[in-house]
Amino acid sequence: MYDFAYHKPASVADAVKLLAADPDAKAISGGHTLLPALKHRLNKPTSLVDLSGIAEMKGIKREGNAIIIGALTRHVDVANSDVVKAAIPALAYLASHIGDNQVRNRGTIGGSVSNNDPAADYPSAVLGLGATIHTSKRKIAADDFFLGMFTTAMEADEILVAVEFPIPEKAGYAKMKNPASRYVMAGAFIVKTAAGVRVAINGAGPCVFRQSAMEKALAGNWSAAAIAGIKQDADGLNSDIHGSAEYRAHLVGVMAKRALAAAG
Amino acid sequence: MPQVTLSVNGKQHTVDVEGRTLLVELLREKLRLTGTHVGCDTSQCGACVVHIDGHSVKSCTTLAVACQGAAVTTIEGLAKADGTLHPMQEAFREYHALQCGFCTPGMVMSAVDMVAKNPQGLSEKEIREGLEGNLCRCTGYHNIVKAIAAAQDVMHGKRSTVAAAAE
Repeated sequence: MYDFAYHKPASVADAVKLLAADPDAKAISGGHTLLPALKHRLNKPTSLVDLSGIAEMKGIKREGNAIIIGALTRHVDVANSDVVKAAIPALAYLASHIGDNQVRNRGTIGGSVSNNDPAADYPSAVLGLGATIHTSKRKIAADDFFLGMFTTAMEADEILVAVEFPIPEKAGYAKMKNPASRYVMAGAFIVKTAAGVRVAINGAGPCVFRQSAMEKALAGNWSAAAIAGIKQDADGLNSDIHGSAEYRAHLVGVMAKRALAAAG
Repeated sequence: MPQVTLSVNGKQHTVDVEGRTLLVELLREKLRLTGTHVGCDTSQCGACVVHIDGHSVKSCTTLAVACQGAAVTTIEGLAKADGTLHPMQEAFREYHALQCGFCTPGMVMSAVDMVAKNPQGLSEKEIREGLEGNLCRCTGYHNIVKAIAAAQDVMHGKRSTVAAAAE
């Protein structure tokens, strides 16, 4: 890992200033995606801006028909939150299955969502639930947020402050994980709301995406039979030593059925 | 050069570090506490697990400088000053829960956290799930799980010794 300057601001405004002052600065919170990337020298920031001391980015609250989770909230705290478990149990379930105990004690929702690792868990919940991303500058709809592998709509000096999840009628998550790294091989987050059905697929492709054929089928018929015949196209999916694109495409169908069963 | 002040096993230290110094490097190379191991260095194997403010974390994926003001506990901090082993350490010995021993410090630290956070008691399945972040390449999980099950009874005051729990 190359060396860098380290800053720990106490407010979002100060953090934004630090990021704006140095085009090669990076924000860090739990560090469980960024530090491994730095060890591999995939990234060479001149400075790291540690957000973990910013009180206004912490905590979980219910506001009307939505749950708002501060970006610095650790996975373990989402998993154990009575507010989340009561309103969106699938989201608490997802958080309780990220990585392992030690990763959940350290990793944060803001870090996971803003890194947009193709094999991360949270992007599927954000896209599936149609969440709204609150940043230091604006609000961004989930459909406009995830642009590609490790790429989001956020600018370099923009900080993810909170994620607002609308409470659905039903939601379920299922994933197949790599047994060594616990990263997602393929996952599905399926949501039913008054407005319709959303199916988000993570792990399988370079970026989380919506499975529109399944969404249409489930909107008309909320049952496993409705998606039984739908085949995920393997074209463009990830292919690596852990699994071929065809294998991942097959997993998408299996995980969608399991997510649907979990949603009830 | 940044400085970090933290407590390790109850003792205050102020250490000069680089921004990139990892917590495990501070522990092993600056404080010479070599009980905490580095296995994979990619936050997968769990050999480097220590407690920060009572929570188990992977010290190979934690910046030392981010631990300003933190209370860190390592494997060296579990036994009492007179050398009496922690019930989890005693149980690992009693049940021969190790072969080469490389993963053992991390296993013990993860196990202590897992048991402390689950006063209702853990089933064998839950113990195995709780060890997801700790890899043993000797594949000795069976005795590790037995040791944790015995130690949790002692830690929760249900039995007085891990040996008695073996009955």
